[in-house]
Amino acid sequence: MTATISPTSSKTALALEARELTCVRGERQLFSGLNLSISAGECLHVRGENGVGKTSLLRILTGLSKPESGEVLWGNQSIAHDTLAYHRDLLFLGHRDALKEDLSAVENLQMYAALDDVVLPLEKALATLWRFGLRGRENLPVHCLSAGQKRRLLMARMVTRQAKLWILDEPFNALDFKAVNALQDLIAEHLADDGLVVLTSHQMVSLPNVRVIEL
Amino acid sequence: MNAMFAIITRDLLLVMRRKSEVLTALFFFVVVTSLFPLGIGADPALLRKIAPGVIWVAALLSTLLGLHRMFAADYQDGTLEQLVLSPQPLVLLVAGKIIAHWLVCGLPLVILAPIIGIQFDLDVDSLYVLMASLLLGTPVLSLLGSIGAALTLGLRGGSVLMSLLILPLYVPVLIFGAGAVYANSVGLNISGHISLLGALLILALAFVPWVSAAAIKIAIE
Repeated sequence: MTATISPTSSKTALALEARELTCVRGERQLFSGLNLSISAGECLHVRGENGVGKTSLLRILTGLSKPESGEVLWGNQSIAHDTLAYHRDLLFLGHRDALKEDLSAVENLQMYAALDDVVLPLEKALATLWRFGLRGRENLPVHCLSAGQKRRLLMARMVTRQAKLWILDEPFNALDFKAVNALQDLIAEHLADDGLVVLTSHQMVSLPNVRVIEL
Repeated sequence: MNAMFAIITRDLLLVMRRKSEVLTALFFFVVVTSLFPLGIGADPALLRKIAPGVIWVAALLSTLLGLHRMFAADYQDGTLEQLVLSPQPLVLLVAGKIIAHWLVCGLPLVILAPIIGIQFDLDVDSLYVLMASLLLGTPVLSLLGSIGAALTLGLRGGSVLMSLLILPLYVPVLIFGAGAVYANSVGLNISGHISLLGALLILALAFVPWVSAAAIKIAIE
């Protein structure tokens, strides 16, 4: 249940660290005394059976839920200390796609850019959508897109968000073979750019600098 | 501040894409207030007397009709999580959503009120007072309602519970709002009622966004 990884995390300030996390859901204790830490350029792959607490761990790392005990540190500071600064560096994609069905792909991207305080000119938004194979579907309402196309739209958001830390819950769901590769390339690119990634997946992922933690 | 405008424009855009939900609440307001004169008959004195109460009760109920939409859709599709995780203070975003709700559900009532008032044979002076009281009162309804909407997020049968939670808080607004119009019609000074409504609005503006934001964080967890 305990996994301590990456002994070199003290080198850089950009590190995500969790100390002695305990998570209780209802009456059940999902995990306790969990330690983990990753630094820039590393990817953490959280694995485990259904219901073992992968999503709960991810939500604790984002700060959406509070752990029963223990703390999460970003750059050696508790994430509760300066929440807004942490959120500026963070991108979280959960089970639900968090897209507005009545808005078009471009409108969704631009809305999130405005909320995330990122400058996103229209040309750049369109170019990003085209990169992920949504050419010709930019102005369709999102409810007309397939599940896979919605995930592609989320990939476009991952790029335009410009966050350092990506926390992704089952990012490979509903993707076809080509899109899985595209997403892996995207994550590898982010890692090469000194980004950090935490993800859950039941598939084997082929990424550089992956550390696996079994819950 | 930019984020607040972004969320207001987004919510208004969403309403434009799906007009029926909002029109239902407005239609309810118009129908209820129009049925009263028809049902009671042509007794101008009686109509003038009941007008403030009927219009205010209808405004209150039609606000209640649209309240559950304020956060529920965002909660279901996961957008609310993203709002909580956005690098903007959640209070600003919640305030934006409340403003958008008022623009859609409150402001049209203020604009419709004079037309409705004519059916009750209200004189011009009373119509102005009615509009003023609604202009100060309906934002309070949206603000207080946001607490109920946030507290009942994710609950089954939440809208019934929300009505029970919120209606007692609406009573002061109803009393002073309708009271202002009534006081004007019998020749009393209305400044007391209007000041109290204004005070309620300022109090609600100062506290409610924080309360709703806290309730949302609890609901998300």
